[in-house]
Amino acid sequence: MYAQALNAATETSKDDPAKLAAFQARIDAEEKIEPNDWMPEGYRKTLVRQISQHAHSEIVGMLPEGNWITRAPSLKRKAALLAKVQDEGGHGLYLYSAAETLGVSREELVEALLSGKAKYSSIFNYPTPSWADMGMIGWLVDGAAIMNQIPLCRTSFGPYARAMIRICKEESFHQRQGYEIVMTLARGTPAQKKMAQDSLNRWWWPALMMFGPSDTASQHSDQNMKWKIKRFSNDALRQKFVDATVPQGHFLGLTFPDPDLRFNEATGHWEFGEIDWSEFNRVVKGEGPCNRERLKARNKAQEEGAWVRAAALAHAEKRAARKAAAKIAAE
Amino acid sequence: MTEKNMPLWEVFIRSRTGLSHRHAGSLHAPDAEMALQAARDVYTRRGEGLSIWVVPSSAITASDPSDKDALFEPTASKIYRHPTFYEVPDEVGHM
Amino acid sequence: MTDTPLFTYTLRLADNALVLGHRLSEWCGHAPMLEEDLALANMALDCIGQARNFYTYAGEIEGKGRTEDDLAYLRDCDGFRNILLVERPRGDFAFTILRQFFYAAFMHPYFERLSASKDERLASIAAKAVKEMAYHLRHSAEWVIRLGDGTEESAARLAEALVDLWPFTGEMFEVDETERALIEAGVAVDPAALRPLWLETVDRVFADALLARPQDGWMQTGGRRGEHSEHLGHLLADLQFMQRAYPGSTW
Repeated sequence: MYAQALNAATETSKDDPAKLAAFQARIDAEEKIEPNDWMPEGYRKTLVRQISQHAHSEIVGMLPEGNWITRAPSLKRKAALLAKVQDEGGHGLYLYSAAETLGVSREELVEALLSGKAKYSSIFNYPTPSWADMGMIGWLVDGAAIMNQIPLCRTSFGPYARAMIRICKEESFHQRQGYEIVMTLARGTPAQKKMAQDSLNRWWWPALMMFGPSDTASQHSDQNMKWKIKRFSNDALRQKFVDATVPQGHFLGLTFPDPDLRFNEATGHWEFGEIDWSEFNRVVKGEGPCNRERLKARNKAQEEGAWVRAAALAHAEKRAARKAAAKIAAE
Repeated sequence: MTEKNMPLWEVFIRSRTGLSHRHAGSLHAPDAEMALQAARDVYTRRGEGLSIWVVPSSAITASDPSDKDALFEPTASKIYRHPTFYEVPDEVGHM
Repeated sequence: MTDTPLFTYTLRLADNALVLGHRLSEWCGHAPMLEEDLALANMALDCIGQARNFYTYAGEIEGKGRTEDDLAYLRDCDGFRNILLVERPRGDFAFTILRQFFYAAFMHPYFERLSASKDERLASIAAKAVKEMAYHLRHSAEWVIRLGDGTEESAARLAEALVDLWPFTGEMFEVDETERALIEAGVAVDPAALRPLWLETVDRVFADALLARPQDGWMQTGGRRGEHSEHLGHLLADLQFMQRAYPGSTW
């Protein structure tokens, strides 16, 4: 999964103009920037924020799906779901590692998440009351994520791009397993069909919001585009997602909860209705159905694990001390 | 409460026999054995590995990017190190 | 008609793996550190995979067309044949790790021997599982050592888990009539014969973990006969919810 475009503000640069120009020339030449290379402060800050938000989203994103691991309706689905949620943990880990190359520690980043200071994708503040939500998250949420993640494989910061390549490779099964779940429901009993349709009704609009505010309302993407941190606009990616997804839903006989959805023969695109940005802003601000629950669950895991981490570190110190003592004794 | 940071490790994986170990990523672990196990659990979930190295990130000494020209430019002009610098008649065949 | 010994035996192996895999999977998203979250999920996936293989085979032995899911999702507590050890609630990390260690220290040599079974199917499932259990043993043993010889708190938690778990270890080594004949026929493994080896492993790891092995005393028993604790019912309520709420559907 991924961090939606939250469009963090970029700082106005106080950097040396000559260095800035040389840096921009490297970016324009599609050179990758590596951690020890000179980079503008704004570039570094934007990256730390974006990569860590992305990592947080993976970690918080484990919770809504984790909600169904023990209740998956077949052993095959259980194994696939567990492997998928595990992948998300791995992706969070790769991304934290990429952010750490910029001189922040994972502990600092996690602390920012747990204190509520850092953002994560607000899609994970929606609940998963039904099994169909496992299908819908895979199909729609991962589908939306892929739209954003594939271009990120070419993002200008080397460690981020490399993490994204690994993530995209591993994620290729996520959307397919989601679609297969939805397809099985759509071809199943009336109760199963209803389950799928209800779930689509709940997830469709939040999925469209994942791409972030409309380009006209978003003031900060220009610099990120110039630095090739971001490579396509929010609206372009959203349209691409709608065009790809609507026919997949129709194929299953599902109805999208948008009376304005129609195909424009002239443009070749699916046109869709107005997104309720007030809902988006509310959920980002903390007033979504599960914001508090998600953060509390992460805090609880962190607190309950504190003694385990402390024990592991204490043991490592004891072991190192013993080794040193044995070495001295031998000399 | 501020916790002590868990050490960072760099992970290198040999994906097939005959290949050298290649940097796969990094992770946190309290000690070398746990780092090795975590590397197995994190970076070889899809049969990517035959052998793993873990190295404390703090043990790596890296060249400075600003030394790039001094370190790497001087070799560019030494074309006599490459086979194409030398002429061998076609009749001699592959050499 | 009563179940054949081979069916019951295979079902026991399957139920152990499924119930333990379920408990491990409860950690997903909640582990003490991200790296360990992935490790626990890997072990859970190994167990669920073993369960699926054993269930599929059990269904074939029975010959009534029951699938892995029929067996996992449509039996009540009294039909389950797992040992009580694996159905204990997940507990804290010390409890989870110590249970995994006890189980893996037993199942690793067990599968090693089962891979030489005269029953080819059991042998081939075991041959795959033995490698998985070798890693479970290595991973859990290293953690037992770190928790035992870590901080005061971790040592206390591990000691508490030991008191809780020890009475559930005896059932692993029980042999009943169902298995006796299979053992003699070279199909099943004699668990009682593995006890010295298991104790050796426990003692070796406990020495590094600064942990004292309790005296053998009264042991809990019953799971393998379908007599379970209060906890299995709740686990099944979770596990089987969808299949019970929407009977006969395809997922």
